[in-house]
Amino acid sequence: MYTILEKENLAPRVFRYIIQAPDIAKKARPGQFVIIRLDETGERFPITISDMDSNSGTLTVYVQAIGKSSLEMSELHDGDSILDVVGPLGNASEIAKFGTVVLVGGGFGIAAIHPIARALTEAGNHTLSILGARTAELVLLEDAMRKVSSEVCIVTNDGSSGSEGLVTDVLLQKIKEGIPIDRVIAIGPLVMMKSVADLTRSYNIKTTVSLNPIMIDGTGMCGACRVTVGNQMKFACVDGPEFDGHEVDFESLFNRLNSYVSEEYEARQRYIQDTQDKEPCRLEASSQTVSSS
Amino acid sequence: MKSGKKIPRTQPPEQKPEVRRHNFQEVSLGYTPAMAQLEASRCIQCKKPKCMIGCPVRVHIPEFIDLVAQGKFLEAAEKIKESNSLPGITGRVCPQEDQCEKHCVVGIKGEPLAIGKLERFVADFERLHKSGDSLIQTQPTGKRIAIIGAGPAGLTAAGDLAKMGHEVVIFEALHQPGGVLFYGIPQFRLPKDVVEAEIDYLRKLGVEIKVNYVIGQIKSLDELMKEEGFHAVFIGTGAGLPHFLDIPGENLNGVYSANEFLTRVNLMHAWEFPRFDTPIHPHKVIAVVGGGNTALDAARTALRLPTTEKVIVLYRRSREEMPARQEEIQHAEEEGIDFQFLTAPFEFRGKNGWLSQIACYRMALGKPDASDRRRPERIPDSEFEVKADAVIIALGSGVNPLIAKSAEDLQTDSKGHIELADEDINVTSKPGVFAGGDIVTGAATVISAMGAGKKAAQGIHEYVMKGNH
Ligand SMILES: Cc1cc2nc3c(=O)[nH]c(=O)nc-3n(C[C@H](O)[C@H](O)[C@H](O)COP(=O)(O)OP(=O)(O)OC[C@H]3O[C@@H](n4cnc5c(N)ncnc54)[C@H](O)[C@@H]3O)c2cc1C
Ligand code: SF4
Ligand code: FES
Repeated sequence: MYTILEKENLAPRVFRYIIQAPDIAKKARPGQFVIIRLDETGERFPITISDMDSNSGTLTVYVQAIGKSSLEMSELHDGDSILDVVGPLGNASEIAKFGTVVLVGGGFGIAAIHPIARALTEAGNHTLSILGARTAELVLLEDAMRKVSSEVCIVTNDGSSGSEGLVTDVLLQKIKEGIPIDRVIAIGPLVMMKSVADLTRSYNIKTTVSLNPIMIDGTGMCGACRVTVGNQMKFACVDGPEFDGHEVDFESLFNRLNSYVSEEYEARQRYIQDTQDKEPCRLEASSQTVSSS
Repeated sequence: MKSGKKIPRTQPPEQKPEVRRHNFQEVSLGYTPAMAQLEASRCIQCKKPKCMIGCPVRVHIPEFIDLVAQGKFLEAAEKIKESNSLPGITGRVCPQEDQCEKHCVVGIKGEPLAIGKLERFVADFERLHKSGDSLIQTQPTGKRIAIIGAGPAGLTAAGDLAKMGHEVVIFEALHQPGGVLFYGIPQFRLPKDVVEAEIDYLRKLGVEIKVNYVIGQIKSLDELMKEEGFHAVFIGTGAGLPHFLDIPGENLNGVYSANEFLTRVNLMHAWEFPRFDTPIHPHKVIAVVGGGNTALDAARTALRLPTTEKVIVLYRRSREEMPARQEEIQHAEEEGIDFQFLTAPFEFRGKNGWLSQIACYRMALGKPDASDRRRPERIPDSEFEVKADAVIIALGSGVNPLIAKSAEDLQTDSKGHIELADEDINVTSKPGVFAGGDIVTGAATVISAMGAGKKAAQGIHEYVMKGNH
């Protein structure tokens, strides 16, 4: 049992949890993830570790309530507990002095970029963080990112914060300004990571992306997390989750990520239905936000 | 007991194929006490029992069978447990036809004694009728042993070490102990309460089981020994990294490794979706590639899912070469699984990202290869397609890299298996670190993993008791 010490609703459907998990907190490094199973009938799902504090023995994770499990998790409160938290899993991000590093965080990916930005800045890099989201309220962790980056650019699809457009617009602009970029790290929706990789390929800038395929065990046993990188099969949970963005076969990953869409949908609808029957008013709101996803 | 030679081998009742193919309950219903006694009476009590040579852990077979014949079932269980601590499991999953029963002299003229079925009966009888375990009280030694992995190797080592008075902690990566016994071998062959009972027994012995601990990630071997105060470590992390075919189309949806498919169904209860959250897509025609136990477990599991209409096993050799147990092949045939022998896929073809066809070659058997089985060779121009919306690849697995990656001084072979410095006590190149089971041998059997756990327990005991570790 792992206790939730603090839960906060940061934006519609976006929650931050501080979870007591001392052994994991002691070992976790930026770039790694945990697998969570909420209860006996729950599924196992991976979540990136956004922060870790070995003194207090806690992990910080961000969860976006879009599927059944994450919706169910969004119903948990301070003091509630989670049945299983396994980790830290995957390899840590490569932290070294590269020079100038651009960190691209898209929406929810900003939570994953944060500890990496901090570590890279501490390692003496000039870090430029480009934070993108659909709209202002979804730009997570802006203050925290300013603290750990040398420079921050905000970009939203609707222009409600920072410039209007896509993260790649800002990145292209920076490249054209002639800033020497030694490395790009992009974490966010698959489409975003793909467009960043496509852009940097033509400028020959090494680009790391963090992949999030379907996972079950997270220890290299099941092969559900296989991805094609450089024409080779890799298991994201033990070989990744970070890979060279120029080598990743995004198309097959898109396809595989969609494989359980209809079951996910069924589970989610059923969950909403069940909980709505019990508490009609409170869930009205969340079911609306869900349908907009 | 000598007169019994003419009695035919007693067959335990089984669920009818047309019934069992729709449920996950055990296929074999096991002996009644009378049946067990009748079968036991066929044993001629050899002075030099050949059957024991065939058993990797040397169960005292004639002695336990004699006790069964006398109706002393609990004593029979004690007798088996002197050498095999998990008889309820081995009685069900050991390939007896290649081990104990293969050497049984009654089998020369007739059918061998049903040693496995008797072992299973005795274990089940004990589980249901014994009130309270006789827990041997041993003097605590003050030594702490870490066991990594709660499969048959780790569970056996843990039990033996606890009985010797050591403080034992098992670290298991998954949320459930049992290893392949839990996530791999399905319910209808090995009911999960049998496995649970063994795990409960270990807990009663004082063994602590920490689930959700992936060693190598959360703690290294050195941290276990230097910071957590363990005097010795046993690694029983099993096989890992499933093999794929490396042919076009393996990333299509509907293509599974057997491990993924079986884990979804057995460990995560996908067959009970949506009561359990883990789904398995509702497939209609499921093909399985391979011919071992894993392939047949996957095929028979697939058959039992509610939407399945047909299951086809594609195997590149012929029936004789299939490595799966005879009993499993026969059960699968009875249940209506379609076997396509001498068939090898070379491409998975799809529609809209989902598998729809499997392109295969017909094969012919050539000269024997390194494994002594005749090598399958492609028949030219023999391409054909098998229609299927899912395919499960059951071609064994490689090695899980996590522990070796975190301990550079642990020697592994070219494939990544942990190498032993002394095979008699299963000790590795790293002082205080022992290993056994599939992580050392590659995919093998439950009983050989248990045998390795047993040897290592003895090695660990001597190691921690002799020195100032
Ligand atoms: C589907 C299937 C059917 C089979 N059928 C038969 C059969 O009928 N008869 C037979 O004799 N054999 C059978 N086998 C083979 C048999 O199950 C294995 O040989 C045996 O389970 C090996 O035991 P083990 O203890 O070495 O490993 P496993 O059973 O694989 O257990 C290893 C355990 O270690 C855990 N682990 C792995 N890495 C770590 C880590 N880093 N930290 C902590 N824990 C970790 C795993 O989660 C797992 O629980 C079958 C295998 C499969 C897959
Ligand atoms: S453990 Fe296996 S091989 Fe040994 S006697 Fe029992 S069934 Fe036979
Ligand atoms: S999640 Fe199972 S192998 Fe990666």
